[in-house]
Amino acid sequence: MAPHGNPEAPASAASEINREAPKVAATNAEGTTTAPASGPDVASHGAKEETPWSLWEVFVRSSRGLSHVHAGSLHAPDAAMALRNARDLYTRRNEGVSIWVVPAEAISSSDPDSKGSFFESPQGKDYRHATYYTKSEGVKHL
Amino acid sequence: MASQNLQSVPAELSPEEQEREAAGQAYFDRIISEDSRIEPRDWMPAAYRKTLLRQISQHAHSEIIGMQPEANWITRAPSLKRKSILMAKVQDEAGHGLYLYSAAETLGQSRDQMMEDLIAGKARYSSIFNYPTISWADMGAIGWLVDGAAICNQVPLCRASYGPYGRAMVRICKEESFHQRQGFEILLELSNGTPEQKQMAQDAVNRWYAPSLMMFGPPDDDSPNSKQSMAWNIKRFSNDELRSRFVGMMVEQVRVLGLTLPDKDIRFNEETKKWEHGPLDWNEFKEVLAGRGPCNSQRVERRREAHENGAWVREAAVAYARKQAQKENAA
Repeated sequence: MAPHGNPEAPASAASEINREAPKVAATNAEGTTTAPASGPDVASHGAKEETPWSLWEVFVRSSRGLSHVHAGSLHAPDAAMALRNARDLYTRRNEGVSIWVVPAEAISSSDPDSKGSFFESPQGKDYRHATYYTKSEGVKHL
Repeated sequence: MASQNLQSVPAELSPEEQEREAAGQAYFDRIISEDSRIEPRDWMPAAYRKTLLRQISQHAHSEIIGMQPEANWITRAPSLKRKSILMAKVQDEAGHGLYLYSAAETLGQSRDQMMEDLIAGKARYSSIFNYPTISWADMGAIGWLVDGAAICNQVPLCRASYGPYGRAMVRICKEESFHQRQGFEILLELSNGTPEQKQMAQDAVNRWYAPSLMMFGPPDDDSPNSKQSMAWNIKRFSNDELRSRFVGMMVEQVRVLGLTLPDKDIRFNEETKKWEHGPLDWNEFKEVLAGRGPCNSQRVERRREAHENGAWVREAAVAYARKQAQKENAA
């Protein structure tokens, strides 16, 4: 897709995204459940209740050869709009050559409460690092 | 530090819950004492969450309301180049607001709710945006002084202990430096222009100087939340410290502009090694913050209008998305 081209035909991955705006409270990939998706309290000034736009996580590839990296999140009613918004919000200065948008609720993440046990297996396995092997110190090209 | 952050555990919690709270607090204290970062799904004290939510949402609102004083001049910018620059800057402010709303959302408040609070007049934003922009030179003074003060404030916030806030600030700071430079350039050109243009630049600096110093918040002895925010590594420097640093930078830069700062009490204190400035009108600050500034009602009203007039667009987008989804399902 051209940097400012028409994102009407979304990039490959995005076309597979379920475009129906989720009706449940979205969970930000960063963590907490954002927003009980109940409409805002608008009675005070007479506006009618709106369907909130769902939450999307945005990943930007800064240049060819690099991975897409999480840039942030945004709200949009569907994938095509999410891509447009992501372009305007996260690539105003040529920060990217490709964008992925993913419904925040589609992301599964590890449980922060199990930090220790979930990640403990590499501990005590120093031998997986080159720095473990010291006898070769001083030997060239090793 | 740990003892400062310790909160009394409410009595109605079950023993298991109490244990979880205590473990959460211990974990939180350790992260803070290691100067590491708290992430959204980590346990955090309720007061920490509340403080962050208040600060980040006020910051977001400031960016959004901050679009107005400058948008006021887009149609009257003196050249196409200046118009393009100003539009890019106003667009940046919108972007900054959105980064910050996203960060605030990770704390459990919806953006829609924050927007509602803003247009209902329930939320605060930086007092600076309640002053009018009466001449083109104000675009220069805002960029140089207001964005300059904002940068001074925001650079240390890139290291705020709350991950999403720090990350939003990194992004914002990168973009903000263009804002200050373009403002400086506007003032420099006016200052080197006709006597009337130079006078216009000086007048803008005279009006924006004190309000921009007040952007750093009340003096340290009158800033009740500062101490706790610093203990939590949200703030890294006190209001007065940042203000003094800012004054020092402006003293240098105003000479390059060929203009003066409207403060005859500015001096470098050799003993404290700090820049000092004349007294500021903190009553005015409180009045503006309390909603009685020159443009408060106009700014909120404008935002409310824009939000409400845009409702049909948001609804149409939702309806379109729904229709497309149905079509796809049927196919």
